[in-house]
Amino acid sequence: MSRFSEQLSAGKFVITAEIAPPKGVDTQLILRQAENMAFVSAINVTDNQGANMRTSPVAVAATLIAAGYEPILQLTCRDRNRMALQSELLGAAMLGVENVLLLSGDHPGFGDHPQARPVFDVDSVHLLEAVHHLNAGHDMSGRPLSGAPKFFAGAAAMPAAEPFELMFQKFHKKVLAGARFFQTQAVFDAEKMSRFMAAARPLGVPVIAGVLLLKSAKMCRFLNERIPGVRVPPNLIERLEKAADPLEEGVAIAAELVRQAHTECQGVHLMTLGQEKRIPEILERAGIFC
Amino acid sequence: MIVSQRKSYEELLLHLEGLHTLFLIGCSACATACKSGGEEEVDRMEEWLMANGRQVTGSAVIDSPCNINRTARDLRDHRAQVDEADAILVMACGAGVHSVALKSGKRVVGALDTLFLGNIRRIGQFEEKCSICGACLLNETGGICPATLCPKGLLNGPCGGMEDGKCETDRELDCAWCQIYDRLKSEGRGGVFNRIVPPRDWQRKLPPGKLTV
Repeated sequence: MSRFSEQLSAGKFVITAEIAPPKGVDTQLILRQAENMAFVSAINVTDNQGANMRTSPVAVAATLIAAGYEPILQLTCRDRNRMALQSELLGAAMLGVENVLLLSGDHPGFGDHPQARPVFDVDSVHLLEAVHHLNAGHDMSGRPLSGAPKFFAGAAAMPAAEPFELMFQKFHKKVLAGARFFQTQAVFDAEKMSRFMAAARPLGVPVIAGVLLLKSAKMCRFLNERIPGVRVPPNLIERLEKAADPLEEGVAIAAELVRQAHTECQGVHLMTLGQEKRIPEILERAGIFC
Repeated sequence: MIVSQRKSYEELLLHLEGLHTLFLIGCSACATACKSGGEEEVDRMEEWLMANGRQVTGSAVIDSPCNINRTARDLRDHRAQVDEADAILVMACGAGVHSVALKSGKRVVGALDTLFLGNIRRIGQFEEKCSICGACLLNETGGICPATLCPKGLLNGPCGGMEDGKCETDRELDCAWCQIYDRLKSEGRGGVFNRIVPPRDWQRKLPPGKLTV
């Protein structure tokens, strides 16, 4: 069992952070980022995030394992068909990966290879089922494996999405397909998070709330315009605009969001985009000590 | 109908390099309806070719060049003009280009790009609603196809990019899953939301398609 899964089943409030693989082979870059994350439960490794081509997350996850960190390997359906996905998963298991976060993936139109063919041979629900099969010792076609993996598989949730009922049916399908944990998109709206958790809680799967460190009003506008599913409300943009030190204000906002997550959810996923050094401060100001 | 669009004149010039005399073929069905290969467009093409130093030996607008035998018959009716040409310029979809290549034995130049199977919204406005996937899910989705209208072709609900019922790839576009949800709700049934739809069986769509009835 992974440490991350043990902490969740023990009811501990978990902290996760994330590393984006570099575009290139600079291993030191990854390890330097990870140094600031020594105390988190697990580190998500993104998969060609934003549909931008980067180094394989499996390689980065293996690099982190070798250095003593516990990764959550993110895998999207955008770039691989069902054979490549299963093959990648088994390869990751061989390298010691246990936690996986299974996603549909952003459309290639957003990224740096907009002419690439979007694959989407299977969707995130299918991929959760596939992992369930692999754990049970056979592939999606029912063929037996020589040595089964022990994946702890999670999926993404979008608590603030509208229409709520439509979003929630997808969430429910993911639970039925075997999701053992959820990590949410960055949510800034406390009411929407509460509404979501009220509906999600009875299903009994831990939810880790996404908290994104806002660094400036300009960044918020970029997120609102360009990043699917992320919506920063006007009052927060105004706070950042009026602040003498916007990053300081962003840290304060992140701490407030973590504090709220602490009352509603089973953990927080911190997206700090290069400001990993501020993670301990965010947690401390939220009243959480690691 | 099959929606097609003329290639740019710059690209056409590349394909016409070294070809001096041409016979033109249009299509009186789909390519006429989408104004890419009807009488009018064939006439305009002829003028453009002559303005660019080519000779046109003749032209024919065929009733559905996708019909192989009919295409063969119409080519025979114009045999002298066809034989005289260096190549046949085809203003029809890819299926039409194939028929002409098969039955003429001559070099063909396809003048159009074949885009999609289109519904006609109004004259000159076409929208793709079916992508001919071979595994129809419409009975469970209120007649709205997620494999076509969702840019990711997702089968089990919206992705994380849905915002206020709009698609992540284009905020003007209604999320396919939101359309399906509204439709099924108005019909008072759960439809596709009641089960996990399994992955698509791509064996049903292995090209080349073939059917004998």
